[in-house]
Amino acid sequence: MIEFKDVSLVYPNGTQGLKNINVKINDGEFVVIVGLSGAGKSTFIRSINRLVTPTSGSLLIDNEDILSYHGKNLRKLRTKTGMIFQNYNLVKRSNVLKNVLAGRLGHTGTLRSILNLYKKEDIGLAYESLKRVNIEEKLYNRADELSGGQQQRVSIARVLTQQPNYILADEPVASLDPPTSHQVMTYLKKINKEDNITTIVNLHFIDMAMEYADRIIGMRAGEVVFDGPVSEVSEQTFEEIYGRSIREDDLRGGANKS
Amino acid sequence: MTKEKPSLTADKTPSIYPAKTKMQVTLIFFVIIGIYLFSMYWTQREMVGGIGGALGNMYVVIEKFFPPNFAVLPAIWEPMAQTIQMAILATTVSAILTVPLALLSAQNVTTFKPLYYLTRTFLNILRTIPDLVLAVLFVGLFGIGLFPGILALIVFSLGILAKLISETIESVDMNPMEAMRASGGNTLQVIWYALVPQVAPQFASLVLYVFEINIRASVVLGLVGAGGIGLILNQQLGFYNYPNAMAIIILIFVVVIVIEFISNKIREALL
Ligand SMILES: Nc1ncnc2c1ncn2[C@@H]1O[C@H](COP(=O)(O)OP(=O)(O)OP(=O)(O)O)[C@@H](O)[C@H]1O
Ligand SMILES: [Mg+2]
Repeated sequence: MIEFKDVSLVYPNGTQGLKNINVKINDGEFVVIVGLSGAGKSTFIRSINRLVTPTSGSLLIDNEDILSYHGKNLRKLRTKTGMIFQNYNLVKRSNVLKNVLAGRLGHTGTLRSILNLYKKEDIGLAYESLKRVNIEEKLYNRADELSGGQQQRVSIARVLTQQPNYILADEPVASLDPPTSHQVMTYLKKINKEDNITTIVNLHFIDMAMEYADRIIGMRAGEVVFDGPVSEVSEQTFEEIYGRSIREDDLRGGANKS
Repeated sequence: MTKEKPSLTADKTPSIYPAKTKMQVTLIFFVIIGIYLFSMYWTQREMVGGIGGALGNMYVVIEKFFPPNFAVLPAIWEPMAQTIQMAILATTVSAILTVPLALLSAQNVTTFKPLYYLTRTFLNILRTIPDLVLAVLFVGLFGIGLFPGILALIVFSLGILAKLISETIESVDMNPMEAMRASGGNTLQVIWYALVPQVAPQFASLVLYVFEINIRASVVLGLVGAGGIGLILNQQLGFYNYPNAMAIIILIFVVVIVIEFISNKIREALL
């Protein structure tokens, strides 16, 4: 369970990234955060694995305040929270398997990982993860030989190999075309259901948010301005979150027919 | 300057650079030309007898050097090999020492500012000392021989290598490093998994490049007593044994060319 209690974050340059956030995310939920560019979606998500550190309030994960974590505690927290990025963030010159095995870093001793002495189970796990996103045949390809959609699937496999309790995805489909976007979201949703991994996704496409989310959190200027199940969300809700009428480019299109 | 087509708006077409920049560039241009002209005049005056005298002198010297005495070749193989070994050893040691220094002087890895500035400054100071000065210094400290030469080369190439490699590190893609950090990797793991693959080819190429520099530098260092072929060359010149010296020079020339050729081929394959 993730619980934001009156969390605020002011960046060193004075920008208010988060403003008095109070949100509780239950285990197994699939939450989509929507909001305009600069609304604070990334800041919200990156607070959870402490890539940024809120400046006040408390953030509880599994009933422990993570804001005071550093060193070993922090790394342990991060092994529990897998992250997926807009730009996939793979090591382009390394092959797919090595990229996926990097998901085990937090669970592997420094010496072992530097000497590539992964446990047999770990390598098996990496291969299984690749199979789950149907990209196991690219095992030994260099990451930069893959298409954007394939790279994002590899990064999902990396997160799966990490065996996290939470998955954080920051605009995972912003660099992909509509069919590939739906494919990636479908994988995330499937993993959420099958493994019961709490998943938080930043999106700015309204139609995708509606299609995949259980629950939608709307942000504007660092504040949560909407929080409710997808069934309560209408076009008007989005207009309130965005503070303007809905436009063509707020939609990804190419709804998933399969 | 932009080529202007005759049109109604011709006089409004902006030129690529603002007028002020043009003025500055023109001024700098003329200042540099002025410096060239002055130094040409000055050196002419300082040289005994000017260009004409120099050419005559050169003829006399060249005549003494030829024909080269290749009979000495078997005797100078060993010092030549020493020179190469000096370069190999020095390059290897400095390549190893470079790793921590380059990491500490890369802004994107060393986020602790004081440490970053400290290493930067240290490397900058290191680079301001010419290799010859280092060699003279170490020869003075440790006596004539290979050891001071190797030390001088290590210090000398460390300055170059650490600088070049820290710049390579600063230009890497930071995204994978963030991903590794987000998955719970510690600093060493992040560097090993996300940074090393990105800089390894550049690293190898730069080390080879510095090796080439070291081969040439180690010859020169020999001249001031730091062992190897340079020392022998200096002795032969001291004995006025010019045909021997010429054979040594030709050998050095050939060896340097061959090594540079091989090293260039490897570097091409790496990148
Ligand atoms: N490192 C930083 N330093 C200073 N200000 C920042 C930093 N990161 C983000 N901000 C500011 O904080 C606010 C929220 O940014 P954030 O990246 O969370 O928005 P976002 O909703 O993810 O936007 P986008 O959809 O463009 O990714 C913005 O005003 C942004 O300019
Ligand atoms: Mg963002």
